[in-house]
Amino acid sequence: MIRLENVNKSFGELNVLNNVSVDFEEGKTNLIIGQSGSGKTVLLKSIIGLHEIDSGRISYGDTIFSNLNLKEKKEIRKEMGMVFQGGALFDSLNVEENVRFPLDMFSSMSEKEKRKRIDFCLNRVNIKNANRLYPSEISGGMQKRVAIARAIALNPKYLFCDEPNSGLDPVTSIVIDNLIQEITKEFNMTTIINTHDMNSVMEIGEKILFINKGHKAWEGNKDEIFNTNNEALNSFVFASNLYKKIKKSN
Amino acid sequence: MKIFEDIGRFARFIARVIDKPEKGKIFFSQIIKEIHKLGIDSIGIVMIISLFMGAVIALQTAYNLINPLLPDYLVGYTTRESMILEFSSTIVGLILAGKVGSNIASEIGSMRVTEQIDALEIMGINSASYLIFPKIIAAMFINPFLYILSVCVGILGGLMAGYLSGTVAISEFIYGLHHTFKPFYIVYSVIKTISFAFIITAIPSYYGYHVKGGALEVGKSSTKAVVNSSILILLVNLILTQILLK
Repeated sequence: MIRLENVNKSFGELNVLNNVSVDFEEGKTNLIIGQSGSGKTVLLKSIIGLHEIDSGRISYGDTIFSNLNLKEKKEIRKEMGMVFQGGALFDSLNVEENVRFPLDMFSSMSEKEKRKRIDFCLNRVNIKNANRLYPSEISGGMQKRVAIARAIALNPKYLFCDEPNSGLDPVTSIVIDNLIQEITKEFNMTTIINTHDMNSVMEIGEKILFINKGHKAWEGNKDEIFNTNNEALNSFVFASNLYKKIKKSN
Repeated sequence: MKIFEDIGRFARFIARVIDKPEKGKIFFSQIIKEIHKLGIDSIGIVMIISLFMGAVIALQTAYNLINPLLPDYLVGYTTRESMILEFSSTIVGLILAGKVGSNIASEIGSMRVTEQIDALEIMGINSASYLIFPKIIAAMFINPFLYILSVCVGILGGLMAGYLSGTVAISEFIYGLHHTFKPFYIVYSVIKTISFAFIITAIPSYYGYHVKGGALEVGKSSTKAVVNSSILILLVNLILTQILLK
């Protein structure tokens, strides 16, 4: 489990996160939603330690992550996998080398074991016959899937995804969402997804945190979201006519 | 005040770069790759520039030796001294600051804006050390060889230009090459070359690593990197010359 207690973060005069407290549960897909500029990405980057928080506490299990120094954080980070918005695959490495990278860096596997693990990860995300292709030679959806394969290569305890569906068509988005959810269950990971894609919220939102202007405005799950009286959340979730109609029909 | 802030930031950055590598084998293979990218791939440009520089120095010296009391072997002597002392270290350093420096700044800057550096950090890797340390080591190792190559090609250029233009005989030129040769000048220039190699890799890496924004900022950081590393090369050249040739 990942626990946040009274997390605050500001950049100069601008308060981006204000007293955010929440528990992200193990074996569940946890979603952070909110409008652009609401502080979602800063929150996610603070959770993984790419931003130092000003005050509050972030814990991974019994370890208070926010109190650790850089070297100690590195150890926890070896248990993390991350899928970035643009995939963040290494341009100079092909698909197979991208997945192999964390294995080369941190595992003591033999070459045969590495091969097996790479094949498993790429098969798991349905990547076939693309091992020798470079990131610039594959589609956005494939890049995201390779990024997921790389993220799970070392069997992480924690998986983070920043806007995994951005720039993808609705069909591919659902494929990616389902893949992340399946992997979360399969490996019993704590997964946190940063998104403003409402399809994702309705499909896989087992736990949802709504951030509004840097504050925690609501938390619940995909079923509860239809019945909430939270005005900010309603105006965000039911902004489109399609979702207004769905809400009415419910 | 800004300059002191920048120096402090740069010192902190270098302290992060010079860190124990995660895996020695990977670090070594990266050094080999960087030697190829930064050194071997620069051989062509270094040879072309050195050949023409040597030829021009020889011709300029020959056409300025109007006084009949000045011997012809001065053409070979001047070419050797110019190439060894200044041209092969400083001018080649400045050229590489443009070629290699812009390449490093844009490569690392692009990795920063596409979150590839963040991806390394999330994996628990010291991204600064992983990406930059091998470049610095590789350049400091290979650039002295480029310097020696440049001196040889420059002298060859001078010899060819002198002979083909009929301004100096080969035997005179070669006599000039041997005349009052001081081996310490080679040591002095190799020290300069190693210092410039550090500047050429560390400064652009610093600018690339700290890029914020998008493609426009990557371009700006690349320009800044080339300008500042060139200025620093000239400054360090002056300081080292004063210290080592005093």
